[in-house]
Amino acid sequence: MPEITIISGKGGTGKTSLTGAFAHLAEDHVICDLDVDAPDLHLLLDPEHEKVEEFYSGHTAVIDPELCTDCGLCLDLCRFMAINQGPEGPAVDPIACEGCKVCVHFCPAQAINWREDHCGRWYVSRTRFGPMVHAQLFPGEENSGKLVALLRERARKIADERHLDLVISDGAPGLGCPVISSLSGTDLAVIVTEPTPSGLHDLERVAELCAHFRIPAGVIINKWDLNADQSQAVEHLCLKKGLHLAGKLPFDTAFTKAMVKRMVVTEFQADGLADEIRTVWRRIRDLAGMKSAS
Amino acid sequence: MIVAVASGKGGTGKTMVAASLAKVWDGPVQAVDMDVEEPNLHLFLKPELTGRETARLPVPLADQAKCTACRACAEICQFKAIAVLAGYVMTFPEMCHGCGGCTAVCPEGAITEDYRELGQVLWGRADGISFLMGRLRVGEAMSPPLMRAVWLKVDRSGDVIVDAPPGVSCPAIAAVRPADVILLVSEPTPFGFHDLKLAREAFEPLEKPMGVIVNRAGLGDEALYQYCREVELPILLEIPFDRRIAEAYSQGRVIAEARPEYRQGFLDLAGRIRDLAAAPLLEARHA
Amino acid sequence: MDKIAVSSQGRGLDDQVDPRFGRAAYFIVVDPETMSFEVLDNGNSRAMAQGAGIQAAEIVADSGAKAVLSGFVGPKAFQALSAAGIKIGQGVDGLSVREAVQRYQSGQVDMASRPNKPGHWA
Repeated sequence: MPEITIISGKGGTGKTSLTGAFAHLAEDHVICDLDVDAPDLHLLLDPEHEKVEEFYSGHTAVIDPELCTDCGLCLDLCRFMAINQGPEGPAVDPIACEGCKVCVHFCPAQAINWREDHCGRWYVSRTRFGPMVHAQLFPGEENSGKLVALLRERARKIADERHLDLVISDGAPGLGCPVISSLSGTDLAVIVTEPTPSGLHDLERVAELCAHFRIPAGVIINKWDLNADQSQAVEHLCLKKGLHLAGKLPFDTAFTKAMVKRMVVTEFQADGLADEIRTVWRRIRDLAGMKSAS
Repeated sequence: MIVAVASGKGGTGKTMVAASLAKVWDGPVQAVDMDVEEPNLHLFLKPELTGRETARLPVPLADQAKCTACRACAEICQFKAIAVLAGYVMTFPEMCHGCGGCTAVCPEGAITEDYRELGQVLWGRADGISFLMGRLRVGEAMSPPLMRAVWLKVDRSGDVIVDAPPGVSCPAIAAVRPADVILLVSEPTPFGFHDLKLAREAFEPLEKPMGVIVNRAGLGDEALYQYCREVELPILLEIPFDRRIAEAYSQGRVIAEARPEYRQGFLDLAGRIRDLAAAPLLEARHA
Repeated sequence: MDKIAVSSQGRGLDDQVDPRFGRAAYFIVVDPETMSFEVLDNGNSRAMAQGAGIQAAEIVADSGAKAVLSGFVGPKAFQALSAAGIKIGQGVDGLSVREAVQRYQSGQVDMASRPNKPGHWA
């Protein structure tokens, strides 16, 4: 059962709007929002929560001032500048704390507590386009990729249980651990880019990441008509790097207009941009090795 | 003064704002690209790079000959960068966070420090602007260690403009924490609005003055403005949706230069930022 | 006779093989001659943000098992198990623990030379 992950490298290229449209056009699928840092897909899909689970990951050190003897060893040992001398003795800055446990282990007075972090919440929901698995990391928490892995596992499980054929995931921007965690083992990465120097530069990096993990990649050039020259440069890059061009979409305010109405573009209008998106979706299905619907 | 240009949502215009601000800034300024995963600031400021350095993270190297398989290292490691199986000690350097715990705890001195490459720190000049950036090695999962290496090269004695990564999790926090003022670049669409709320929540505990820049104003709805009024987040600049801005951006041009009608807006922004940074001091004096 | 560890969704021989190695619910360590077994709870691995496969490999190595049967074993777990000299059989998901052991005994399980699951980390 194939999994298609839509990523972008650079943010703001239209990844989530397009994932929403694909969720509309696809059949018998599970939708997954893997951008757990700043998820937006739920704003279009309006999920009804069927299940809510708390997410715990990692730990934070907390110094107990009653037991602390102010020996200063923790300040010396901490490599993350997370312990500072305060008026009441040393204190751990929870934002900087890496959760390595070194201070806890070495404190001669055993004065440091080791607290599990409640990092976020995840959901299994119902949407008008099918089941959806999504999450929200609490702001400021570490995005280790564990939550992403958890969501993907759950999405696959639901697809198995309900005899669904496809998992469509909205990935995170960038190329750090959440993106790596989104890509590993997926069947097709779809990279949404834009015809700008930033778009081109970031496409190159995220394409390299896909190659590193041996994930086949398709590319969609969104807003291509903002700069035909740059758009061509993107096409050249695709040719050079063996990336499949899944399609080019023109700049269109319909994306925003649909979003304001909490709709995906293919619901908002029947033709024009919606037709082009339908064509792109068909090509993506082909790339993912899926047989076309009759 | 350190100004961080951040956002919850990606693609709202952080780099565009950071570049324009650096160009109109009155006096010496250092422009720093902290979006080490996908750095873009150099594409607009076009610096002449004069130096580079490979940033590395210390990771364990275990000497099997000295190892007694006591497992102290495996027990302290929170990240499974070192494990002991069937009497063998094994390291997984890509998992390591560089805490030094295993090296410190080994009773036999069997662990020494090797290194993992994080990426590059690069610096140079763009006209009168001092420039600094980090670029993560593709395949490296962690941004904050490289960001810490970049921070070591920031000149805190002067004014610094930091182009932060998008989002609100650890990389964004690492970029924004040392700042004196945080700018949140957003757009008045449901995605922009939603992510602005997340950003404000994430950065509030840092207790720094924050202001909002609304990009692509006119394309969206009123919700964002209402919210800023409710929570008393000052809107420091509004950039209207203008296809010509998008086109200039797509040509790699700095907006304050390519579209001079917007230059004054950025000059005003620079002034408002200075006011915002000074405001807490003024309050303290009046208290 | 060498013991075999099988990743399992439940605590008994007739429970289904857990297709995952690192985040499997349990490991059932079986003496294939007598079919007597012990249950290892893999909760510690499941709780880890990263490195679950390595933790699970440690648990299996500690049990004294000399072979592992599972659905998918990722590259780090694979590396760890191999270094410890533990043989790895993949692709037995869909069977019960008992059936997996029987297949192994009759030489029908391919003992792997490389992992069949890509890693979550670089």
